[in-house]
Amino acid sequence: MRELRVRWTGELEAASRRAADRVAERARRSGLVDVGYATVDSPVGRLLVASTRRGLVRLAFPEEPVDQVLDELAATVSPRVLEDPRLTDPLRRDLDAYFEGRLRRFGARVDWALTHPGFSRRVLEETARIPFGSVATYGEVARRAGSPRAARAAGNALHDNPVPIVVPCHRVVPSGGGIGRYGGQEWRKAFLLELEGAIEG
Amino acid sequence: MDVYRFLVAAVGTQEAEDCFQETFLSALRAYPRLRDAENLRGWLITIATRKALDHWRASRRRPLPVETVPELAAPERADGDPELWRAVGALPPMQRAAVIHRYVLDLPYAEVAEALGCSEEAARANAYEGRKKLRAMQGVAR
Repeated sequence: MRELRVRWTGELEAASRRAADRVAERARRSGLVDVGYATVDSPVGRLLVASTRRGLVRLAFPEEPVDQVLDELAATVSPRVLEDPRLTDPLRRDLDAYFEGRLRRFGARVDWALTHPGFSRRVLEETARIPFGSVATYGEVARRAGSPRAARAAGNALHDNPVPIVVPCHRVVPSGGGIGRYGGQEWRKAFLLELEGAIEG
Repeated sequence: MDVYRFLVAAVGTQEAEDCFQETFLSALRAYPRLRDAENLRGWLITIATRKALDHWRASRRRPLPVETVPELAAPERADGDPELWRAVGALPPMQRAAVIHRYVLDLPYAEVAEALGCSEEAARANAYEGRKKLRAMQGVAR
């Protein structure tokens, strides 16, 4: 029955986007959004940030496809994921201030839903305590997390940090010198450490 | 996108926006019941179908002011043969939904059945009956 068709025109696409925007708006007002996300432009690229009512749950660099990040959130946190600039606004302001050198400590609380409880989480919590402008070694962070000999495991936990920058895994470096590796590409680690004055440019 | 296309085919461009919003809000409200996120799309089409059926039933009950588009009018801006669309609008609700799922969205019968909340057999029968009626109506028109 070829005579029945609904062609996907630009007009239809616009109407469907409009309807989707209104759904988001109404869902927000009715408290139906569990994970709100937004993108933030920054000197290290466009960042995707996602928050729940408990706090920041995910920050992703542009190499990670947005759909993949959102699918992961839908599968592990809640399928009620919607674009919601308001839920992420305070963090956006903090990120702007941080990159302009006006902010040394993020006010955002972290929702650890994407991190394994136990060692990984303790490593990230200890990392969150490393002050702006200083660094710690993988071994030191492992020790503070309760397992002095687990430097490599600490490195893995840091690599899987769901909220880089805000939980400053870039401040963890190898004991043998150099800045070491970084899940979000090493030039970013260098950039962030320079920004904080921890290393010379 | 399928959800939106289905609604445009089922209730027309004007009403599609409202039905789309209701569909998603219902889905979000009902979310704790949704454990299988993989089947999200099928689930949304099912809800959208229910909304369309409600909409058809409500508009049949509601007395139509003269200047309103009559119920049997083709959904505005859907493509294809307007006569045929009008004929689709005259089908009983289940047949109408089955025809749109099967012949506009090209859904397999398993998904048509899921959307209609009936067996695959019943989905086939509804699409088949609908199609037969459309043929008959077209036969008269041509």
